[in-house]
Amino acid sequence: MLEIRNVTKIFNPGTVNEKLALDNFSLTLEDGDFVTVIGGNGAGKSTMMNAIAGVWPVDAGQILIDGTDVTSLPEHKRAAFLGRVFQDPMTGTAATMGIEENLALAKRRGKKRFLRKGITKKEREEYKELLKILGLGLEDRLTSKVGLLSGGQRQALTLLMATLQKPKLLLLDEHTAALDPKTAAKVLETTEYIVNRDKLTTLMITHNMRDAIAHGNRLIMLMDGRIILDIRGEEKKKLTVEDLLHKFEEVSGEEFANDKAILG
Amino acid sequence: MNLLNLFNALPGAVAQGLIWGITAIGIYITFRILDIADLTVDGSLCTGGAVCIMMMLSGHNVFVAMLAATCAGMITGLITGLFHTFMGIPAILAGILTQLALYSINLKIMGKANQAINVDKYNLLVSLRYIKGVPFYKNTILVVAICIVILIMILYWFFGTEQGCALRATGCNGNMSRAQGINTDFSKVLGLMLSNGLVGLSGALLSQYQGFSDINMGRGAIVIGLAAVIIGEAIFGRIFHNFGFKLLGVAFGSILYYIVLQTVIWMGVDTDLLKMLSALVVAVFLAIPYWKTKYFAKSNIKKGGAE
Repeated sequence: MLEIRNVTKIFNPGTVNEKLALDNFSLTLEDGDFVTVIGGNGAGKSTMMNAIAGVWPVDAGQILIDGTDVTSLPEHKRAAFLGRVFQDPMTGTAATMGIEENLALAKRRGKKRFLRKGITKKEREEYKELLKILGLGLEDRLTSKVGLLSGGQRQALTLLMATLQKPKLLLLDEHTAALDPKTAAKVLETTEYIVNRDKLTTLMITHNMRDAIAHGNRLIMLMDGRIILDIRGEEKKKLTVEDLLHKFEEVSGEEFANDKAILG
Repeated sequence: MNLLNLFNALPGAVAQGLIWGITAIGIYITFRILDIADLTVDGSLCTGGAVCIMMMLSGHNVFVAMLAATCAGMITGLITGLFHTFMGIPAILAGILTQLALYSINLKIMGKANQAINVDKYNLLVSLRYIKGVPFYKNTILVVAICIVILIMILYWFFGTEQGCALRATGCNGNMSRAQGINTDFSKVLGLMLSNGLVGLSGALLSQYQGFSDINMGRGAIVIGLAAVIIGEAIFGRIFHNFGFKLLGVAFGSILYYIVLQTVIWMGVDTDLLKMLSALVVAVFLAIPYWKTKYFAKSNIKKGGAE
């Protein structure tokens, strides 16, 4: 479903701040894979996501989604293949627009936009039903401005928007990191539900090792723009946080120095 | 200070306010919806006026001339849009560049710094002379008011369409828009074209109204437009929530601006100071939301203050 071939990205080349963010990076996802991604700060997790989403062009390599080479496509064209949820709840929704309007925008992802009605009556009913899944009571507030919602509500809505048109690939960039633990758990539960229901191929970055172990069928760990651990199948099912820390030390020769990731 | 003089001047102020209201609605689209301060308008207002007058002087029908003026305005918006999106120039600077270029272009359109048109010889849609003593259907206030209502209806429809929603989303959140497959560059260019098209139309009406187009007629248009937007929002913001009514509020804001201006002139204030006063008033009104959050916030707890 997703194929990243030898992608390299260097930020601020030729300056003192030069940073090799992705180093000849390759990753292949099968249809229906749910891959969790962990790694320290600056490991290249978000860079990988942004490379797939096309936020900026990569310096070398190729990215294929479902067999289509998207390497040279701009961000808004790649959106036809992708559902995205961001770390910051403010990023994924338009605050000054209503809940139903946000959903209607998402409904038209990957389609040409003309002078047809921005939202139809039939859609409204559909959105009402869909919002019930979230269990947040948003189905009764269709016209409320999204800016009035809490961070958790906005993330849940963004998740719904990302999957309203079934994406070839769902990109979750630490989408629960900015939420309190209870809300984070709820959003994660909804994520699991939707991913299973629609059998979505998913890439989920998380800072929480337990979440990374509990979800998905494959786990990768990034360091310095490369994959240093790739655990899948039976091995992944039996994995514990201790195992993961041990493996990390083995591979990298360092101790994992991020309390939040271990304890959180 | 004769009160009667003021009353006599009011219909003129209302007419002018209405004409500027169209500019203000254009500015509302860029400033409030797209979140871009577009300085092109200082040039495109005159472009609209110049095109309209020159077309009429060369024998074209007033409606053809106004349509051409609107198109000319849209082209100026297209240029600013391309400066901004295709060439990566910050929006405000892109507008300034177009505005400067338009000074030359406007001179070339008119052939000199100003061009007059005689209301007796040409069939104008609006004029200073059509305020009093004409049949009601010829009255400038009514004509422009109908224009505004029609424009607001078209805009109300447009911003409810798929493309209109995409434009609103672009102004609100670019990242989200691109993630939802919206070509934000296209939306911005479209918004700038729409806005400057309205400004061009407004310029066409204004030049007919005053009986001439002048190279300096657009000077400070952005400030007048912003003043109208701000006054409209301050006074009608609490009553009008519907998008169409918000635009109507902006037009009312423009009328109020001209009534206040007329009153200030009537009070004997030096007219040389008017632009400075306008600028100061707009500056203060723009500062109010900032001051509100900075000095009058209900909660003074700073992030991380507990630690």
